[in-house]
This record gives sequence, structure tokens and C-alpha cells, in this order.
Amino acid sequence: MLNPGLVLYEEDSKLIDKELQKLNQLSRSKVSFLVDKDGQLISCVGETNGIDTTSLASLTAGNIAATGGMAKLLGEKEFSILFHEGEKDNIHISLVGQRAILVVIFDERSSLGLIRLRVKRSVSALTEVFDRVTKKMDKINSEEDGDSPLTEITEDDIENLFS
Amino acid sequence: MSFINYSSREISCKIVYYGPGLCGKTTNLQHIYKKISPDSKGKMISLATETERTLFFDFLPLALGSVKGFKVRFHLYTVPGQIFYDASRKLILRGVDGVIFVADSQVERMEANLESVDNLVKNLKEHDFNLEDLPYVIQYNKRDLGNVVPLKEMEEALNPRKVPYFEAVAPKGEGVFETLKDVAKMVIMELKKKS
Repeated sequence: MLNPGLVLYEEDSKLIDKELQKLNQLSRSKVSFLVDKDGQLISCVGETNGIDTTSLASLTAGNIAATGGMAKLLGEKEFSILFHEGEKDNIHISLVGQRAILVVIFDERSSLGLIRLRVKRSVSALTEVFDRVTKKMDKINSEEDGDSPLTEITEDDIENLFS
Repeated sequence: MSFINYSSREISCKIVYYGPGLCGKTTNLQHIYKKISPDSKGKMISLATETERTLFFDFLPLALGSVKGFKVRFHLYTVPGQIFYDASRKLILRGVDGVIFVADSQVERMEANLESVDNLVKNLKEHDFNLEDLPYVIQYNKRDLGNVVPLKEMEEALNPRKVPYFEAVAPKGEGVFETLKDVAKMVIMELKKKS
């Protein structure tokens, strides 16, 4: 049985962007972004110029997956927060429910204490959004609604992408 | 696991190249990276050892264009082929939408191919996936070498499900895009079926 993919509608996407913007501003961070646990970038705000957010998203998911593997080996459920300290920039990574990862990049304009405080609040707001998204997806899957961009895609459309 | 974002109008899918050590998974990605236009690809990330063996994964994001107003993105991953990196292989299969099994056609690597298929089935089960339910194609790589197993024998040994297969010489690019294109089609059609 395949896991259902993540489907994000405009209204939830806006709520996520708004929460990330608030977090980025209040925590005085450089960049805040949300990644799906499989490595897909969901949303990104802040000073993103010059940052390869797609690669960062994939590596973040790999990082969380590897840390989750270590937690299992130690009999822990998970390690919910990771922190990487650099010379100029630091990365704070935390889990949002079972589905997403919140990443905050910050420098000397902020502090780890402030980041932890603000991230904690945002994680709880984002968890609520994701609970709603999951419920919405369950409802759509059970109704077999046909409102997907995929319903009209043909094999030729995919063939054309490669030509 | 696919991701459909109605706000940015994007569909993203994850395709994993699986296979025994040194079968050519990274070479497949390197060829794709070389040939795809700069507008359609992101950076290729390789988490490799000093001797250029894959340590965790290679990653190549492709954004090939739009279909019905949605940008279609494929995220290509390879797994480390060496036996002792099994924990990493398992992690990379998380949320996979389609698998390309790269088999090494050399006679002396048949045992490794068989072990790797078994390992794929076992690791997918840990994520509650069945290989039978997943878009899956096989690539018989290194067909230009002298000591290769005949195609019929490889098919009998590695492809009981009779999924699409492709002969390839990855360093020359032969069969590389054909394999990717086929699994990409299967992935999108599978998503369409579920939607």
C-alpha cells in the first residue's frame, strides 16, 4: 500500500507562509523554511538569495532521517531538535508533528535561546495547520473527489517533458 | 511520497536508483546532470567517501517543465550500494514514488544483484511498501563489457514480475534517459490513478 502524498491547498499554504514570516521576524533569523520529511520543500521565507533551498531541504530530511535511525538504535522515539553551529551561521532543525521539519538559519543577530522559544511557539501553530491538512487529505481520499491536476495528465505529456 | 502544492502549482515526486555496489547508479545521475539543460536542474549533491563511493546518497532535482499548469519536479536519489550501508539505504526509501533497479550485467555480479533485489524488497516492507505496488523498472547496465550474462538469463533471475527493462551503458548515456522516462511516466500515471 502506498502512502498518500502530501496535498497542500492555497489557504493552508498561506497560513504556513504567514507563520514562517512571523517566526523569521520575531526570532530575527535569516531564513526559515518548512520541509516535508521526504525532503520536499514546502515553504521558505527570509534572505533566500544565494541559498540552494532545494538541496538544503533534501539534506535536512536526510539529516533528520539519519538522526531518527540513531534514536531508534538507542531506544529513543526520536530526537526532535537538532542544532548545528557554524562560524557565522547556525541551523536549528525541529520536527513538526510526524510530517514536517522546521529549519531556521540564524546568525549573530539572534541567539539560540530566542530561536528555541520562537520555534516552540511556531511548531505548535504549524502542527495545527498540518493536522487540518491531514484531515482534509483523508476527506478528499475518502470522497474520491476528481479535483486533481493529475486527472488530465497523459503519458504523452510526460514524454514531452523529456523532449 | 509525492507532494502537490496548489499554491505554487507544483507536483514533486521521488525516484530512487537502487542496486548493488558499483553497478552505475551514480553514473546514471551524473549523465542526466551532464545532459539536462541548466534551467531544468538543480545542483547535484553527492555524499560520498574520499574514494568517491556513495556514503549516504546522491541527489539531483529536476524541473523539466509544466503539465496542465503544474510544474513537474522529479527528485532523483541513489542509495549507497555497499552491503554495510543498509541502514542508510532504508532511510532513502522513505516516501519513494518509483524505483529504478540498476543491475550490473557482469557474470561475477549476479549474486550481488540478487542480494540487492532481496534487500530492496525487505527495506521497502519496513516502510509498508510492496515492490509489486510500486512503479518499478530494471536497467541492465554495463552491456558493453565482455563478460556479461545473457539478457534472457538476467530477465529470468531478476525480473519475475516482467516489469519494463532497459539495456544500458551508463557512462556513454545509453539507456539512461529511456529508463528514467519510463519510471517517470509510471509514477505520474500511478498518482493519477490514486487521485
